[in-house]
Amino acid sequence: MRQDHIISAKQLSRRDIEAVLDRAAEIAADPSAYADRHEGSLLGLLFFEPSTRTKMSFSAAMKRLGGDIVDMGTVESSSVKKGESLADTVRVVEGYADALVLRHPSEGAAQMASEFVDAPLINAGDGAGQHPTQTLLDLYTIRENAGFDDLSIGIMGDLKYGRTVHSLAHALTVFDARQHFVSPESLQLPRSVRYDLHESGAEVREHTDLDDVLSELDVLYVTRIQKERFPDESEYHEVAGEYQIDAATIREHNEDLTVMHPLPRVDEIDHDVDELDGAQYFQQAHNGVPVRMALLDMVLEESR
Amino acid sequence: MSDDPELRVSKIRNGTVIDHISGGQALNVLAIIGIDGTSGEEVSVAMNIPSDRLGKKDIVKVEGRELSQNEVDVLSLIAPAATINIVREFDVAEKHRVERPGRVEGVLECPNRNCITTESEPVDSAFEVLDDGVRCEYCDTIIREDIAAHILVS
Repeated sequence: MRQDHIISAKQLSRRDIEAVLDRAAEIAADPSAYADRHEGSLLGLLFFEPSTRTKMSFSAAMKRLGGDIVDMGTVESSSVKKGESLADTVRVVEGYADALVLRHPSEGAAQMASEFVDAPLINAGDGAGQHPTQTLLDLYTIRENAGFDDLSIGIMGDLKYGRTVHSLAHALTVFDARQHFVSPESLQLPRSVRYDLHESGAEVREHTDLDDVLSELDVLYVTRIQKERFPDESEYHEVAGEYQIDAATIREHNEDLTVMHPLPRVDEIDHDVDELDGAQYFQQAHNGVPVRMALLDMVLEESR
Repeated sequence: MSDDPELRVSKIRNGTVIDHISGGQALNVLAIIGIDGTSGEEVSVAMNIPSDRLGKKDIVKVEGRELSQNEVDVLSLIAPAATINIVREFDVAEKHRVERPGRVEGVLECPNRNCITTESEPVDSAFEVLDDGVRCEYCDTIIREDIAAHILVS
């Protein structure tokens, strides 16, 4: 894989994706073989927004490769608070680390930052834009559970602002997948993602009611609908309530369904779903470590 | 040729004549080339003149000014049929059709308030030109309607 920076799922070919997933599977099968692989290497973490899973799994991945991390800490405690530009911050931190991981609240932040550094930069989420490493672990989880052949996947919830949705939708266009998007009308896919899906010739359907497609899905990818997207709380409760799923519904309509979620969930997946074999969201989160180990391994190898 | 619409405004000695601008877009064209009348250039504008090709067209003549490539690029987005005549000593010295560029840099402002290019970072906006609009190279936002409203005022 020749990728200097990992900015968007759009830049990843099927071959790139499969190379990362294959490496991740190798790592998951025998993590000890990779334990010293990047001893002495440092990963710079720049998280301008709160993160639990992404940040911890990048840290765990780097340490399990034998490397270590240098962490900017929170925005409040950093020079950003003094008004430093992102372009300056990444140029400084580049001198401290072999690769950089950036999460930022503005769309396009990772693209811009990558133009100022030579060290490989990995986008860990840019506003409502992209989140390509989440997508790689999502794809890994899909491959382990349903495979990509003739895949029928439902993606439900906040499709407008959900960066994990945008990245996943782009990446799935290189596979033989039918994508069903299920959301309230106010949270449908943004114009730019629709444009790309259309251009790629992907097989795409949009629904406002999950019942229309539930029985034909192999995978249901659920995302959280956030309160702040709605003008008032009563409207939020009314809409969000329609995009929830529970064990009884799954048992009745589609027993073999694989259920995924980038987490954190609030109440869009009932806790009674956790007991079903198809509930894969915790395993999906765990997969973040081998997948990010694979990606870091390839990116650091490339930059040597 | 009393029906020649170009005769409605006077000839210029040295400068640029932009013809076949889509009807009603002349003032946006002036905005692109940064002319608001305060810096003293001699400018003639004819708007909504009947045109065989466009239905209605606008014409802009500017004395003492030739367009940069960037200006021509943005012009092509709002006036794809425009022709640019460079006039020297009352004669048309060069005649250009505008061509749609692959991208435009630093001339449009991204309408997405959450785009990194709208923050105080040392980066110019950049848009990929699509068949029916433009697309921010940073945040992917697509502009289809009223591109002229997003011209960066320098």
